[in-house]
Amino acid sequence: MNSKSNTNLQELYTTMKRIRVFEERVAELFVRGETAGSMLHLSIGEELGPACVTKAMIDGDTFTTHHRGHGIFLARGGDPDKMMAEIAGKKDGYCKGKGGSMHIADMSLGHLGANAIVGGGIPTVVGAALSYKYLNKKNVSIAFFGDGAMQQGILYESMNMAALWKLPVVFCCINNQYGMGTKIDDAVAVKDFSLRAKSFGLECLHVNHLDAEKAYTDIKEIVDNTRNNKPSFIEVECYRFYGHARKDKSPYRNEDEEIENRKLDPIAFAKENILTQNILNEEEIKSIDMTVDKEMDVSMNYAINSPLNEEAEIFTDVYDKSYTIESVDSRINNILKNK
Amino acid sequence: MKIPEQDFFEKITFRDALRLAMYDEMKDDKNVIILGEDVAKYGGAYGATKNLLEQFGSDRVIDTPISEPTIVGTAIGAAMTGLKPIAELMYVDFFGMSMDQIGNQSAKIRYMFGGQISVPMVIRTQGGTGRSGGAQHSQSLESWIMYIPGLYLVMPSNPNDAYHLLRDSLQTNTPTVFIEHKLLYNFEGPLDKKNKVQFGKANILNEGNSISIIAYSRMTNFAVEAAKKLKEENISAEIIDLRTLNPLDKNTIINSVKKTRHALVLSEGHYTTGVASEITSIIFENCFKVLKKPVIRYTAEDTPVPVAPNLEKNYVPTVDRIVDYAKKIIT
Repeated sequence: MNSKSNTNLQELYTTMKRIRVFEERVAELFVRGETAGSMLHLSIGEELGPACVTKAMIDGDTFTTHHRGHGIFLARGGDPDKMMAEIAGKKDGYCKGKGGSMHIADMSLGHLGANAIVGGGIPTVVGAALSYKYLNKKNVSIAFFGDGAMQQGILYESMNMAALWKLPVVFCCINNQYGMGTKIDDAVAVKDFSLRAKSFGLECLHVNHLDAEKAYTDIKEIVDNTRNNKPSFIEVECYRFYGHARKDKSPYRNEDEEIENRKLDPIAFAKENILTQNILNEEEIKSIDMTVDKEMDVSMNYAINSPLNEEAEIFTDVYDKSYTIESVDSRINNILKNK
Repeated sequence: MKIPEQDFFEKITFRDALRLAMYDEMKDDKNVIILGEDVAKYGGAYGATKNLLEQFGSDRVIDTPISEPTIVGTAIGAAMTGLKPIAELMYVDFFGMSMDQIGNQSAKIRYMFGGQISVPMVIRTQGGTGRSGGAQHSQSLESWIMYIPGLYLVMPSNPNDAYHLLRDSLQTNTPTVFIEHKLLYNFEGPLDKKNKVQFGKANILNEGNSISIIAYSRMTNFAVEAAKKLKEENISAEIIDLRTLNPLDKNTIINSVKKTRHALVLSEGHYTTGVASEITSIIFENCFKVLKKPVIRYTAEDTPVPVAPNLEKNYVPTVDRIVDYAKKIIT
């Protein structure tokens, strides 16, 4: 094992661990009543795809995510303080608390937005890639979505256009086996998604294992290839360890299934590899874990202590600055005053 | 066909004014691109983009597959990464296909993302009756757009407004839906490139004292015809052409009705929860004490659009009935 790949595995482990603990703190924030609502979709168990794909990205690349996108954004460099504050609906959040968990975005990191409409952010990357081709940039734009979006028509329109126009687009499906409470077996007749993507003329990669290091190597190769205007499709299979959203106790699946599938843990697998390859010892891993724990505790407290927004924030960011929106209260009072 | 370069036209069609607006804007800003079904080689279903492919090449005038949701979605992504796309939807009825991208995505992006980014794009589309297009090719769906915060909505009635408002639409940072009436493409009028139109300001076409007739798009021209007939009977109607439905120039409407104390609102949309309903409400709310009669909205029927020409003609407001209702309102 050369030192470069050792560093990769260690880095991927840390990224995945950060995602896991971030999501655990989001869950804690919810229990403490500090989140904006309960529409919080955690990516625990799904860390491998986000960690590996974002590691293959370079400056100037852009991406969109789905409603289960905390991990992707964090892995790409999202500041956990500002992310947690956004999830709490606070002023210091990435979007001033106006977007929340499902609409988080950061233009400086190329995050063109999470999306609460299944498949809604997919054509955005086709447009971004059209820009890169027109402006002669060597960037890619990546759409992250779940297996649910594999059944949305707009994905296939987008795949067709990306292939037709030879755009630097990566379609990345994080297949966690569930669209809310509906298992993949109840949603599709043919589960081999690559068959679909191939038929549009896309390069395909199917990741169906827990080896983050191997996944990263394969993913980097296909993403790099995409920069030469060869659009691609990556499917990363995983298992959603917990319910759809915070209040979902998963009545549609039995405990045995959950126990069995939670053994498919990419973080435990990476840790095992790190130990058997003597990259780090138990103590050193523990030290990473403690650093991550502390970091996410700080972020959680940052969110709790972040101030609320001013009421006037309701009315900003809708149109150009010259456009003022009159509040309903003001309209009613003006009518009653018979102005 | 060469694209004319002069600044003033005594007579130009609505179609050519639009084409000129796109041509001038693309000449001035290399980041403006056009994408849509048959916009390049065919020149647009109604000819508005004819010859632009030859002028600007296939990198900038792009024929797309028949995929309306992704045409709009692609424009959004391009707008977020440095381009200024014009997405053409061949018929306004195709909003049914692409409404998620228009209403849930383009309109909401700046707000949801806390003002981090704007989506400077224009959706050009075409609607209205007059060609027996039937229930899926003749609708007036502007109220769908007007209902959604975050979108500008432009519906011009003449070549000069079409030229200036399309250029303005391409220069704002707010996604703009620009709806052209299918029977206006051959409508002729003057164009003065130097004489700009104020975006968001209604136009008083005919000053009058007896009744305010509020209209937009093709109905403005119906109102002008009606005003001529009313004048023969010594009734002076004030015609307000709204030009943009969002921003909506409420003050011009309110000031006019306060003067005339009678109002007739015209629209090719439906009677129920249409643009006309909204304007009627605004007048009631703001002119309640001066109104001598209830505000009347004269619109298309609350039915799908029929194909048969005789039915289609009477499904929407007619000039004769505008005259008739105006007379009834003021007597």
